[in-house]
Amino acid sequence: MAITDQKRRMQLQCPMPKLDFEVITLGHGSGGLLTNRLLDSGVFEVLKNDILDKRHDGATLNLSGPTAFTTDSFVISPIFFPGGNIGELAVNGTVNDLAMCGALPEYLSLSFILEEGLPVKQFWEVLVGVKVACELAGVQVVTGDTKVVEKGKGDKVFINTTGVGRMHPKAQIDIKRVQPGDQIIVSGQLATHGMAIMSVREGLEFETTIESDSCNLNHAVKALLDAFGPDVHLLRDPTRGGVATVLTEIARDTGLGVDLQQRQLPIDPQVAGACEMLGLDPLYVANEGLFIAVVAAEKTDEALALMREQPYCENAAIIGEVTTDHPRKTVLTSSIGGKRVVNMLTGEQLPRIC
Amino acid sequence: MKFLTEYRDPEVARQYLDEIRKTVTRPWTIMEVCGGQTHSLVKNGILDMLPDEVRMVHGPGCPVCVTPLNLIDKAVYLAEEKNVILCSFGDMLRVPGSKKSLLEAKANGADIRILYSPLEAVNIAKDNPDREVVFFAVGFETTAPANALSVVHADRYGLKNYSILTSHVLVPPAIEAVMDDEATQIEGFLAAGHVCTIMGINEYYPLVDKYKVPIVVTGFEPVDLLQGILMTVQQLEKGEHKLENQYARMVRPEGNPHAIKTLEEVFDITDRMWRGIGVIPGSGYELKAKYAAYDARLKFDVNIPEAPESDSCIAGEVMKGIKKPFECPNFGKACKPETPLGAPMVSSEGACAAYYHFSGMLEELETIQP
Repeated sequence: MAITDQKRRMQLQCPMPKLDFEVITLGHGSGGLLTNRLLDSGVFEVLKNDILDKRHDGATLNLSGPTAFTTDSFVISPIFFPGGNIGELAVNGTVNDLAMCGALPEYLSLSFILEEGLPVKQFWEVLVGVKVACELAGVQVVTGDTKVVEKGKGDKVFINTTGVGRMHPKAQIDIKRVQPGDQIIVSGQLATHGMAIMSVREGLEFETTIESDSCNLNHAVKALLDAFGPDVHLLRDPTRGGVATVLTEIARDTGLGVDLQQRQLPIDPQVAGACEMLGLDPLYVANEGLFIAVVAAEKTDEALALMREQPYCENAAIIGEVTTDHPRKTVLTSSIGGKRVVNMLTGEQLPRIC
Repeated sequence: MKFLTEYRDPEVARQYLDEIRKTVTRPWTIMEVCGGQTHSLVKNGILDMLPDEVRMVHGPGCPVCVTPLNLIDKAVYLAEEKNVILCSFGDMLRVPGSKKSLLEAKANGADIRILYSPLEAVNIAKDNPDREVVFFAVGFETTAPANALSVVHADRYGLKNYSILTSHVLVPPAIEAVMDDEATQIEGFLAAGHVCTIMGINEYYPLVDKYKVPIVVTGFEPVDLLQGILMTVQQLEKGEHKLENQYARMVRPEGNPHAIKTLEEVFDITDRMWRGIGVIPGSGYELKAKYAAYDARLKFDVNIPEAPESDSCIAGEVMKGIKKPFECPNFGKACKPETPLGAPMVSSEGACAAYYHFSGMLEELETIQP
């Protein structure tokens, strides 16, 4: 996979420095000498940029005009998974949230909550993940924080990222602009991230080459907005809860209906197989490198063609349409032509008995 | 996907639907026994595609649903009070016990782990020699062989810290219970394909003869179900009652001899309580005396009083196919998957939950409510 090759090359350019400690201890979060050593040889060096280098309590930014602002916390377990780690996820998640607002992500904050006993090597790999993701997305970490909690009070690494970005001048992303007839485009294959995580979760491990789809979507979104601006009515990234949850939210919030075509859902055969095996519905499985664009009907074909040329979007597909039929409901036409309502899940999807 | 897409082909599905329409001349009531089939019928929108004459009713074949409340209470008790590592299939976790679900117990700090295979629980027992590991062995004949094998493995390794909390249930006695109910309207059955993959089809011949109903062993994909329904309707229209095998690509008449041998080695047949239905004679498995050391009920002193079921729940009638979920006054109101009043609402394969998740009616119900 091309993204992974590029990531690996960038990771190799960051050898871990020699440190006189092997695990994170409470002292690394004390604000004293150990904290400074960790930051000097680690964070500041890896994430180097002019604003961060000032090493002030906060970053001073020069922003003007409409600006998007978002925050997200990352608590994924395991912290390393096929196709990525929690560091990349933390950058991509916040970058993508900004992109979904129609913004051009620029600056991030980065806060670590580390669990005592974390091997420094793992912290380093997460940090390199942050760096690589920032470079691919073209954003900078300009401020941050590191805290350490006692063993058992955290789970290796928790990360919070906050991001800002100026709005794309042509963006008019608003749920109120969704119209009957609008087409629903998904940028790539469904359920890949969730199944990659599931494949390495203790007790459920299965052999597969499925890798998380975690990636930055800001370049693809910018290309879409450059070309079609106000014809892009809504952008959403279907992370937790999956595509089904986003579509039911669209139906609920617009008061319109959504028609969804099961046969048009792009799903990798391995992912589809894994979902079948565990009894999970790919429509509800989490994604980390996927977005849904609701586009004016007359621009759909062009928009789809353009999307397929963008990074990570070669499998983009039209999966449905906004309609005045069945208000507030998402109705799926099954692969054999039957119809059913798609609802939000009550809780997390759990693997079935049989 | 190979071996799946063929059975989701819209053209083939349409041909079967046409054939069903051509064949049927009067109303028939057919029960699909297995919750997986209910799920597939509803999820693929098949119920609305069938002609009005074919009335599908949904059987008791959801193992999560029929697991007694008391057993869930016991599992919660073991996890919380006895400091065991409680391992379970995923969908048991959300089922509410009389006080709490396993998911809530987990949130309160109990060591509860979701597994896909009971053999993994044996590995956990090996890795944690100072902790007791209990596997919550729920399911029909499909999951029983692997659960039995976990006991055989534990015995082979000489593990003293592994046991299972069994709630295994069997399909043929459930069909008898459905047919013995005076109110039953069932005229034909789709038997569960995967159960027959393990057990074979021979146990169904006596049922066909006793109750004079067609039974068609059927798979789970849309085309499987449509073909199974067609085969049942064809028999009904001809006035026949035979055992037929739609799922022959998986089901051999003799079943899986290795799996059956393991079952016979480890389990005895026993009477079993089915949530929502009651005790069905000879409808479950329990560990044989020689494996008693692996029986969590005997190993731990678990004496938990039976909690009463909601008396406004019509689960028994729903699971015997006498009433449809939406004929219950509580459906979608007091009774929802978050707050189920009874068995068929607790798992996504229960008839009520399947209707709740996938039917448009639900949304209408919800919009009326504040």
